[in-house]
Amino acid sequence: MNMSGFLSGLLASAGKGTPFLAQANGPTVWMPEQAAEKAGQVDSLFYLIFWICMFFFTLLMAVMVIFAIRYRRKEEGEPVEPSPSHNAKLEVLWTAIPVALVLVIFYFGFQAYIDQVTPPSNAYEIQVTGQKWKWSFTYPNGYIDELLHVPADRPVRLVMTSEDVIHSMSIPAFRVKQDVVPGRYTKVWFTPIEPGQFDLYCAEYCGDLHSGMISTVYVHTPEEFDAWIAEHSDVLGSGSLAEGGERIYNILGCKQCHSLDGAPGVAPTFKDLYGSERKFREGDPLTADEDYVRESILDPMAKVAAGFEPVMPTFQGRIKDREITALIAFLKTLSVHVSDEEKEALQAAPAAQAADGAAAAAPADTTAAAETETASESNDEGVKTE
Amino acid sequence: MSSQTSTTAPVQENYLNCSHGFRSWFFTLDHKRIGVMYLASILTMFLIGGLMAVLIRTELLTSGQTVMSAQDYNKVFTLHGAIMIFLFIIPGIPAALGNFVLPMMLGAKDVALPKLNLASYHLYVVGAVICVLSVVLGGVDTGWTFYAPYSTTTNTAVTIITLGVFILGFSSVFTGLNFIVTMHRMRPAGMGWFKMPLFLWSLYATAVIQVLATPVLGITLVLLMVERLMGIGIFDPALGGDPVLYQHFFWFYSHPAVYIMILPAMGIISELVSVFSRKTIFGYRAIAYSSIAIAAFSFIVWGHHMFTSGQSELMNMIFSALTFSVSIPSAVKMFNWISTMYKGSIRLATPMLYALIFMFLFGIGGLTGLFLATLATDIHLHDTYFVVAHFHYVMFGGTVIAFLGGLHYWWPKMFGRMYNEKAGQIAAVIIGVGFNITFFTQFLMGSQGMPRRYYDYVDKFAIYHQISSIGSYIMAIGFFMVAIYLVQSLISGKKAPRNPWGSAALEWQSASPPVHHNFEGDVEVLDPYDYSAIAYDPASGDYVRVGSEVKA
Repeated sequence: MNMSGFLSGLLASAGKGTPFLAQANGPTVWMPEQAAEKAGQVDSLFYLIFWICMFFFTLLMAVMVIFAIRYRRKEEGEPVEPSPSHNAKLEVLWTAIPVALVLVIFYFGFQAYIDQVTPPSNAYEIQVTGQKWKWSFTYPNGYIDELLHVPADRPVRLVMTSEDVIHSMSIPAFRVKQDVVPGRYTKVWFTPIEPGQFDLYCAEYCGDLHSGMISTVYVHTPEEFDAWIAEHSDVLGSGSLAEGGERIYNILGCKQCHSLDGAPGVAPTFKDLYGSERKFREGDPLTADEDYVRESILDPMAKVAAGFEPVMPTFQGRIKDREITALIAFLKTLSVHVSDEEKEALQAAPAAQAADGAAAAAPADTTAAAETETASESNDEGVKTE
Repeated sequence: MSSQTSTTAPVQENYLNCSHGFRSWFFTLDHKRIGVMYLASILTMFLIGGLMAVLIRTELLTSGQTVMSAQDYNKVFTLHGAIMIFLFIIPGIPAALGNFVLPMMLGAKDVALPKLNLASYHLYVVGAVICVLSVVLGGVDTGWTFYAPYSTTTNTAVTIITLGVFILGFSSVFTGLNFIVTMHRMRPAGMGWFKMPLFLWSLYATAVIQVLATPVLGITLVLLMVERLMGIGIFDPALGGDPVLYQHFFWFYSHPAVYIMILPAMGIISELVSVFSRKTIFGYRAIAYSSIAIAAFSFIVWGHHMFTSGQSELMNMIFSALTFSVSIPSAVKMFNWISTMYKGSIRLATPMLYALIFMFLFGIGGLTGLFLATLATDIHLHDTYFVVAHFHYVMFGGTVIAFLGGLHYWWPKMFGRMYNEKAGQIAAVIIGVGFNITFFTQFLMGSQGMPRRYYDYVDKFAIYHQISSIGSYIMAIGFFMVAIYLVQSLISGKKAPRNPWGSAALEWQSASPPVHHNFEGDVEVLDPYDYSAIAYDPASGDYVRVGSEVKA
């Protein structure tokens, strides 16, 4: 916003019949847009207090200025008309009126607050973690994002905690704020009313990058939200099987130890691994095939590569069968032991088909096909047993 | 009276020139000298805190880095808050102006416990030095509230500054205790409680809070130091503590402390409005009782700082309801002040201009408190610039403006010199205008959602920040003017008469500046608001006791 925009905004709102009254949704001079159901209630209350204050403030200041002008001293030592030093009736009256008014304000404020803090039982729950200096949102399906995605027209409840110091979840467009405290869970809820993007701030000072602890709330239509959450329940997403595998490689943390360029690390590089001859600390060497890769992911201690420490954790229960399939496809694209035709096929195959058509994408790979059948049956549950 | 002859003498002996040298000041037991030393000290702190404010506003002229890094910014706003609150506003009116005028308003020679008074000042100096030392040792980045567990885990000089604040607490308790004893023991015959000037009532209420609430801050800060130094879990959940407990402890002191800051300011306004309207104060008892009511209520509203902290809904409801109770006595005072002006003979001299500015700014500051006491609206406004604007309207628009009013009012008495009246009026208007430009904008950006203590901001807030920063420069010019004409007054100001404003309060019966023991002869106890006893004497340009004009 620039200076002229700011001034014309002020003037425009002052020119209307009800200059500062809250309009549906749009921002006013005092309040940002209303993007949640209870926002209107908060704004009405704000403007109620505002007008009460304006009335009394204007009255008091007018009287003060009139007195200051009317009774201005013309010369030193002029005689002063006597006036009463107190007036019991008047004093009781001007004590009673403010008492009555603040009681009304308190009541409305309390009522609106109780509405604000009582979530309906069908609220969609998202877990929130604050830490210096980022937010992370964990959706019911386990997907974690740094942005808050929520459906419109559905109550959403945030269950929040902090990993270090106190933060505060503030979404001005929703008129909500709640401190996020380490060592306990605090909650906040709201029902977004229409799709859009809104700022989300940390409102409790938390150190160096406090002012950078900003995120965005994306409000989707319910259909869009369902599609978004469906897409993100499946890390493979759209795109080819190999691309999905690469995403898993990044998300699950494989990349911390397994390089892609042949560089030695804590663990063997993934470059040219598939199809190569593997040697182990114990047991006979074998050629790395699908079964070997799968076993290494789910039971890393079964065959520990020669020259490396047995440090890899198991991914049992953390990875789905079709995700293993995608990871294998990704490994294949990195290997000289796989033909160029097969690589191209893997890179072209839509990952979404991994569940029901991996066999078509990799016809030579019967193991993968068999596994994906299992995956379909287990219906997106992570593999629990082998 | 012997004073009639001494006024004609070229150099009159007074408390300023009766003895000389560093020791005669630093180890004096004279409440006036201690008051003047306090005044010089708090004004130095105000200068430092004010420079930090200008730095903050300059950094916020543009988003991203303007003149300093985020770490430096966090240290600067922390020190701005800590210095302004612990080293300027809290001791400001009571210890500087109060120390000077309280015994004189009672017609007394000194406070009841002069050595305790000096000890209070020495502790203030030690505390101030330690606080400033924390800057040298790397600064502190917690905000003046020292919220745990941030304060117990940051590696900045938190322990040093909390030690400084801990010591300052004792200084504050000593002053409060001294004032309570003085008012109980040293009122002259004929001055009952309800014949005291209202400034004394407000200092009494302030002193009660100082004595009762400050120890809680001391204990809280000790617990904070214990956690930092020994790793004993009190507030940090990682050690088994509770961070919200810290907030309860802290605000149990710091909310009453807000009234330590504003009550004496209200007392000054009661004096100014009455004297410059030449009207007896309207509703004396209501104003006196409202000071005590505010002091009492101040202890039971601390939880309104914590509506979003996760405390229970029931607690929030109770604290919201109790908070509204504080607004009533404050409103009553406003009505009484304005009624006092009715049919008065109002002189818009510099102190009165500050009183009118006070009523305007404190009116806004007080009324915006209603938005914050109301639960549903506070949730939206908490920790935004709306709160920053609110407390600057109350603390700056209220206390600092009243302090300036009081300083200009008692200046002739303290230093025996007048200042340039025209310059004083112009500066008051500049400060008032600059203040509103700076802080009214902050209400708007706060209610739009701008969080406080932000080094950086999103684009839509840029215009508000720029206007606010410009306002702060205008205010700085106003303060610069005040500094210049006050220094000029000390050097070459016109000699002040005894009672230039025509007050009936006892301190004006002394010479300007007063002699070492305050009064040359006996003090005649008058009703402090009975202006029929005081008349203007055109021959001397002074206000004198009715019937004594002929002598002059």
